[in-house]
Amino acid sequence: MSEIHLKIDGKEIVAKEGMTILEAAKSAGIPIPTLCHYEKLEPYGACRICTVEMEAQGRKQLVASCVYPVEPNAVVTTRSEVIDEVRKMILELLLAHAPDAPALQDLAKEYGANEGRFEKEPSFCILCGLCVRYCAEVKKKDAVAFVDQGPKREICFVPEVASKECWNCKECFPLCPTSYLQAAYVLTEGLVGFKTS
Amino acid sequence: MDNGRIDQIIDKYDGKESSVIQVLLEIQRENRWLPGEVLDRVSEKLSVPLSRIQQIVTFYKAFSLSPKGRHEIHVCMGTACHVRGAPRVLDTVQDLTGIKPGETSPDLKFSLKTVNCVGCCALGPVVVIDGEYHGKMLPATSEDVLKNYE
Amino acid sequence: MTKINSPAELEEYRKILKSKIDPNRRWISLCSGSACNAARSAEVAAAIETELEKEGLSGLVDFKRTGCHGFCEKGPIVDIHPEKICYLNVAASDVSEIISETVKENRIIDRLLYTDPSTGEKIAHEDDIPFYKYQGRIIFSSNSKVDPKYIDDYIAVDGYSALAKALFEMNPDQVVDTVKEAGLRGRGGAGFPTGKKWEIARANPGDTKYVIVNADEGDPGAYMDRSVLEGNPHAVLEGLVIGAYAIGAHQGYIYVRQEYPLAVENVNIAIKQAEEAGFLGKNILGSGFDFTVEVAQGAGAFVCGEETALLRSLEGKPGEPKARPPFPAQSGLWGKPTNINNVETWANIPMIINNGASFFNSIGTKGSAGTKIFSLVGKVNNTGLVEVPMGITLRDIIFKVGGGIPNGKKFKAVQTGGPSGGCIPSEHLDRGVDFDELAKVGAIMGSGGMIVMDEDTCMVDMAKYFLVFLSEESCGKCVPCREGIRQMLNILTNITKGNGKESDIEVLEKLCKTTGSASLCALGKTAPSPVLSTLRYFRDEYEAHIRDKRCPAYSCKSLISYYIDPEKCQACMTCGKKCPAEAIVGGKNQIHVIDQEKCTKCGTCFEVCPSRFRAVKKISGEPVPTPIPVEARKIVREGKQK
Repeated sequence: MSEIHLKIDGKEIVAKEGMTILEAAKSAGIPIPTLCHYEKLEPYGACRICTVEMEAQGRKQLVASCVYPVEPNAVVTTRSEVIDEVRKMILELLLAHAPDAPALQDLAKEYGANEGRFEKEPSFCILCGLCVRYCAEVKKKDAVAFVDQGPKREICFVPEVASKECWNCKECFPLCPTSYLQAAYVLTEGLVGFKTS
Repeated sequence: MDNGRIDQIIDKYDGKESSVIQVLLEIQRENRWLPGEVLDRVSEKLSVPLSRIQQIVTFYKAFSLSPKGRHEIHVCMGTACHVRGAPRVLDTVQDLTGIKPGETSPDLKFSLKTVNCVGCCALGPVVVIDGEYHGKMLPATSEDVLKNYE
Repeated sequence: MTKINSPAELEEYRKILKSKIDPNRRWISLCSGSACNAARSAEVAAAIETELEKEGLSGLVDFKRTGCHGFCEKGPIVDIHPEKICYLNVAASDVSEIISETVKENRIIDRLLYTDPSTGEKIAHEDDIPFYKYQGRIIFSSNSKVDPKYIDDYIAVDGYSALAKALFEMNPDQVVDTVKEAGLRGRGGAGFPTGKKWEIARANPGDTKYVIVNADEGDPGAYMDRSVLEGNPHAVLEGLVIGAYAIGAHQGYIYVRQEYPLAVENVNIAIKQAEEAGFLGKNILGSGFDFTVEVAQGAGAFVCGEETALLRSLEGKPGEPKARPPFPAQSGLWGKPTNINNVETWANIPMIINNGASFFNSIGTKGSAGTKIFSLVGKVNNTGLVEVPMGITLRDIIFKVGGGIPNGKKFKAVQTGGPSGGCIPSEHLDRGVDFDELAKVGAIMGSGGMIVMDEDTCMVDMAKYFLVFLSEESCGKCVPCREGIRQMLNILTNITKGNGKESDIEVLEKLCKTTGSASLCALGKTAPSPVLSTLRYFRDEYEAHIRDKRCPAYSCKSLISYYIDPEKCQACMTCGKKCPAEAIVGGKNQIHVIDQEKCTKCGTCFEVCPSRFRAVKKISGEPVPTPIPVEARKIVREGKQK
């Protein structure tokens, strides 16, 4: 695999072809915040908080570093006024749904996000998909999935599968940044009445 | 819909997993809605996880997970119809039928749905009932149109 | 239909077909596109067949049910050839007169002709009608001559000659170069140079490649692709096979909206007939090139018009767009190099191959060659599908072709580019329409939807309308789109309900920035456009809604009241009888008064009040006048003088 030379925050970096900007940054010790990213899973590119500025082939654009592949001679910036504005807005949008989530609270402090900017609609889930993707890619059980579209999107346990598989697994629970997952599971358990022992 | 018919439709697509949306569309067209047992059967026969089937039937608007009424009312809310006053027509239809878009009346007479452009903009505002197109609809004329449907 | 095995056989067959056509013969074409079908053209068709049979003319006078003629406002449309006499708004009851008078006796029926609204002049021939006169119909030219269910009609108008030329007289690189030189840009909205797109797909390694027709036309108010696919599916198929040859693909898909059943039906018939004739399948025309195509239907998701979402849908998954790079030309359907183009883009290919790149780029503008089909709809007299050379001005399209704004109303704005586009006010009406000019003023040409708006359209409401649409169609995966649109819609709903705040516009602009720059796909990235363009040109309307709780267009229900002017009311009781909320108090000779508590603002009274009275008024931003006392409501009519 060929080498790719690029600059991240002024630092010269040698990355391998096929690496993402996030991976290249990590290898150089440059932190980029993430919410929907987890090394054991395929990058998802949904939360967009890992957004960075990239200049390559004469074009400047904002890209999600967790999915964007490194390009030769690219110049990447991980913090700027524009980027910070984007991250701040993303946090404010998510805080409307999960105001108490520790992961969001920590980042909110760093970016000066205003928790009260938008009217609260406490669904508690930020739809990062970590649970859904973990169950699909690692456990290969598909016990929990996304349903609906757009603003109505939510996660949903499939009772027929969850009743068989989840009771002695629950490996996805610690991944949830808002602990909504555990609540959803307990609720489904209660509604559908499946046994856990 | 019985399993035999479902299997027939699936065979048409050689039981290919990627044909799941086409299979569900055909079943939806014939049966007018998708009961849970149908989804289980399709999941089983096409080896598609139930979770993906659930995601597909809630993601795409063509699918209905509840029974439809005798008469399906589709009010076009495309931009041209909107500009010509479709929202007021929709309000009136809602008042007259007692249901909101996505709902079916308790007596199973009407189902109401909004659609985004049926491509008959010259006739706008358009309301399609059971495939029959009613053009240049107004709040004032809606009641007369609906009266014709038993 | 016997199989055609070589270009020579094709030309021989074509010669025979053409020899059977007498250019001076009498024949009838009836528009049978979906819009005319909705206006009951099927009844007209049945009547024509019956009448021809009755008069013993069935074998002598050809009757074709063709694709869309374009003048949808005046459908059903019947053309009588060879003179091309154009009859409009034809009903089944008109047919026997048409046959006896025009078909048999060459006499024109005046009442069925187009009438110029300003001069009253009657125009008999289609090419003289302003709607048609100012167009430049190339792609659509065959629509009124060809029965889409009958491949011979297409062959008779030189159909599949471009395919034969490409397969036997050109190599794939030459085909790509011709399309590049022609300057064709994608007609689906993005305007990416088609030749370059093909070149990239061609260059990517792999034996398995795919070509796809994107017929998931989702912009509300746009139905150009539907009419091309319904009316001339073979043009699209021919273009597709040529593209497959150029790129090196042997399998294609046509992804059509399931809301287009006639297009699905006609394209399936066309595929079957093309296979029988040897234009699809193995060893096409004896060239050694194989290509098959399948039809897949959409399931009701606007986002599947986005090419990566379309690919997911073809793979049997929810239509969630995928990160790019890699682009589909490199890794598309099932990870293979895939080239996706819009219906109209494919339909342009046969003409480019047949007539050459210079023919194509001599039409239009420097950066935007060729013609473009627009759906001209909304508050315009001549609603329909128009095909014009790129560079024509908005003014010419709306006023010359479109015949201007109905009911004496004033033009306010034209919306182009659908939910990804913007509103263009009158100050820019003299701009030429192409890929680049409209982008300079905050809109895009888009796929062709052109919605005309007048003084009664509230621009804040239009911004809200598009956000409602986008929130219903967003896949929901990424935060900037899903949550950004959610909050923008909340703000706009509040503004239109009279609950707007001073800070709203600033927050809207901030949201637009994030959604526009950080979203995963083009749906999210272009979602701010309707908001931004209405803020740019109609900021005063936003401010009126927020500060004065007033809707300048008298449209937003929460901000208007209906009021009967006691000076004008003649107590005819029309409104009272029609009011669905029974909110009108009054009777014979008793001036009517609207009970504001009961009024649902449906607007029925406003519509039905006789135009000679015009007593019902809309009020906004000020209180409704107190009703005049009951005693004062009696109308005393003067007795008739002898």
